[in-house]
Amino acid sequence: MLHGEGIALHFGGVTALHDVSFAVERGSLFTIIGPNGAGKTTLFNVITGLYRMDAGDIHLDGRRISGLPPHAVARAGIVRTFQNLELFGNMTALENVLTGGHLLTRYGALDWCFRSPRFRREEAALCAKAEAALAFVGLSAQQDVPAGALPFGSARLLEIARALCAEPTVLLLDEPAAGLNLRETAVLGDIIRRIVERGITAVMVEHDMDLVMRISDHVLVLNYGEVIATGTPAEVQRNPAVIAAYLGEE
Amino acid sequence: MPAPSDLLQFVISGATLGSTYGLAGLGFTVIFNTTEIINFAQGEFVMLGGMLAVFAIRWGGLPPALAVPLAIGLTTLVGVVANRLTIRPVRGRSVIVLIIITIGVSIVLRGAAMLLFGKDTYALPGFSGDEPIAFLGASLLPQNLWVGGMTLGTLVAMKLYFDRTISGKAMLACACDRKAASLMGINVDAMVTLSFALSALVGALGGAILAPITLTSYDVGILLGLKGFAACILGGLGNPFGAVAGGVILGVLESLSAGLISSGYKDAVAFVILLALLFVRPSGLFGRRATDRV
Amino acid sequence: MPGRPICGHHLGVAAFAAGVALTPLFLPNEYYLTVLIVAGFHTILTLGLNLLMGYAGQISLGHAAFYGIAAYATGVLTARFHWPVPAAILAGIVLVLAVAAGIAVPTLRLKGHYLAMGTLGFGIIVYIILNEATGLTGGPSGLTGIPKLALGGVSLASDLRFYYVVWGVVLLLFLLAQNLVRSRLGRALRAIHTSETAAAVLGVDTERYKIGVFILSALYAGVAGALYAHYVTFVSPGSFGFHASVQFVTMVVLGGMGSLWGAVAGAVFLTALPEFLRAIEDYDILLYGGLLILCMMFLPGGLAEGVERGARAVRGLWRGRTPATSDGARQ
Repeated sequence: MLHGEGIALHFGGVTALHDVSFAVERGSLFTIIGPNGAGKTTLFNVITGLYRMDAGDIHLDGRRISGLPPHAVARAGIVRTFQNLELFGNMTALENVLTGGHLLTRYGALDWCFRSPRFRREEAALCAKAEAALAFVGLSAQQDVPAGALPFGSARLLEIARALCAEPTVLLLDEPAAGLNLRETAVLGDIIRRIVERGITAVMVEHDMDLVMRISDHVLVLNYGEVIATGTPAEVQRNPAVIAAYLGEE
Repeated sequence: MPAPSDLLQFVISGATLGSTYGLAGLGFTVIFNTTEIINFAQGEFVMLGGMLAVFAIRWGGLPPALAVPLAIGLTTLVGVVANRLTIRPVRGRSVIVLIIITIGVSIVLRGAAMLLFGKDTYALPGFSGDEPIAFLGASLLPQNLWVGGMTLGTLVAMKLYFDRTISGKAMLACACDRKAASLMGINVDAMVTLSFALSALVGALGGAILAPITLTSYDVGILLGLKGFAACILGGLGNPFGAVAGGVILGVLESLSAGLISSGYKDAVAFVILLALLFVRPSGLFGRRATDRV
Repeated sequence: MPGRPICGHHLGVAAFAAGVALTPLFLPNEYYLTVLIVAGFHTILTLGLNLLMGYAGQISLGHAAFYGIAAYATGVLTARFHWPVPAAILAGIVLVLAVAAGIAVPTLRLKGHYLAMGTLGFGIIVYIILNEATGLTGGPSGLTGIPKLALGGVSLASDLRFYYVVWGVVLLLFLLAQNLVRSRLGRALRAIHTSETAAAVLGVDTERYKIGVFILSALYAGVAGALYAHYVTFVSPGSFGFHASVQFVTMVVLGGMGSLWGAVAGAVFLTALPEFLRAIEDYDILLYGGLLILCMMFLPGGLAEGVERGARAVRGLWRGRTPATSDGARQ
């Protein structure tokens, strides 16, 4: 349901992405892997509208989303987390997640000016959803802790909870396991599988091969901005081009 | 249509004024290149160059030839102290904090100048007399030549410094990547202090060489600093030569509009240009376009 | 936040209102009333500026320009063209909104230092215009003969009446700001402050919000300016230049960016301070600079942070622990 065709992006003389195409099926976990600098995060930035691609198209459920600004991409149903964490450190964990649900509330100026019944109703509903998202990732106890004070593993989970509160159709996870230890990674893998079971399509960029091979439905391999392989985890693992990319030529 | 000699006069006085804008802008650039901070107190360094020279003559009885270097030296010291006391302890804080601190420093410097020197305007004698020289129908003061010469000299010195000396290259390295520079063994803190010293020096020089032509007082710093910043932006933030070129262009434009349109609004010219640049082409005339990394 | 009972939200404001109502009873003479009235104008402006700087994280070094545009617009319309006061005030505020909207779009594309410089340049351009357009504005010597504010035919000639009107407006605008901050808009603004990128990918139209809060903060400044003109009955450009803009920024910073109560405290404190330091008038400029520096270096959260830390220390002592332990968890 999420398609990219012929995506190309250049930074000055450097080709970041070249003729990248992908097809993500609804309700699956689609992982993008590749050596460092292969263009994985760049691809995410292009999908979410943070970068403008030089060529190519992206469609979500038949609707063209290439060229939309980031907030419009979010409105279309695609939400992401960040490799280097972009939490709102000046707000509590709960407030971060509430902000994730920004698009779920629709009350207007008159409503918040006078704290109308509609305002109170929608805020209460949002609050319930936010608390549920925190519970889903196991952070209920930390809901009033300032996000900047959370330990790294919890901060990662918070960013996921925040994205979940937006009720996305597609969730983009940018290296969610980076910096996590074995136990935290296992918890993360479990959470991601549960997200997909709920019907949310997930696209993940990851380096942790164990995690990737264990939980992914489909894998795409990028190297130097180009797609060099795509298929099930097992297929990709056996692909000689992929092995060469990671281990170098003989 | 004004006579060509009038136009030339405007251009000469504009270029002279603009050299000071350019030197102020050069100061902004040096600090920005090393620290990514815009030092709002830069204009006060320019003011101090002129004012300290005036009072070195008045109170110390020094001849101008000594007063000016003394003023420049003292201002350099002020720049170093300001950096050590107020900016170094808070580096790494958010942009707003840094902006407000440098604004605070500029206010303190201005306030101190007002208390020490009073609110009057003062004149500095020209370095080699005040006899005008006729030039193509316009009149040139010896001071105009001093300004031009010293500005060019400063530019040459800067270029040599950044290109040929180790510490100059070290400063450029800090500008590119602080962490990498410090990993290479460069003392980043010392470089920052040095950049403040340099920019205070250059700013004070600009103030001192201009003071004989335009009068100086305790509050000329704000406008000079802002126009210096406009010069910086015009030439491309980060480009030292662009800053000076931008300053001269700005000075000439200002002078022409004062002469041809209205002198009351001449100060507005620089700011309108500044705003127009910020809105349309923040990378300036000679700068490179920047892209943000996510 | 959502869970708390409704009356808890406005308890603070109710106490504040009571305080405002009762204060005149305790003032030794009318002079203090004047100070508090001017403090009221400053509070209104500072509230708006705090929304822009403290919540949305955008700096403005030219906000006194909006203060001045409104004051001059309403002043010129009433003193020179004999418009009725309410219409002139409305026109002044509309002008401020138009100017703010006009410069907001290009200005807010700028970030950090560029934004600071851009707003500073704007402020100075307005100051120069006010100074030079002598035919309209009276130039450097200012504009006199502005009528005092009159509500429904009742002239507010007495300071006491004006005091209540000003602080009534303060309370209303405070409530407005408070409700804004506690809504999805408030969260979006605070998100923009920390990470525009993250806010954008969560669906916040960052440009629209920044422009909106900028215009709102200009509106607050405009309301303050209009009231100012019809109280002092005289305006001159000197009150609306860079010095004034810096004073307002100091009020926001000193009170605590991101705290509405801080904005009130900062405005009142810094308006009253020069009155108590009459003897050292020329030193006030040094004082402002020093305050800014010290505040940013040691107490970036301003008075609000100071009060919060003090309260925690007191609570810690009360429970028999040393302040260090109760602080440690937060640090």
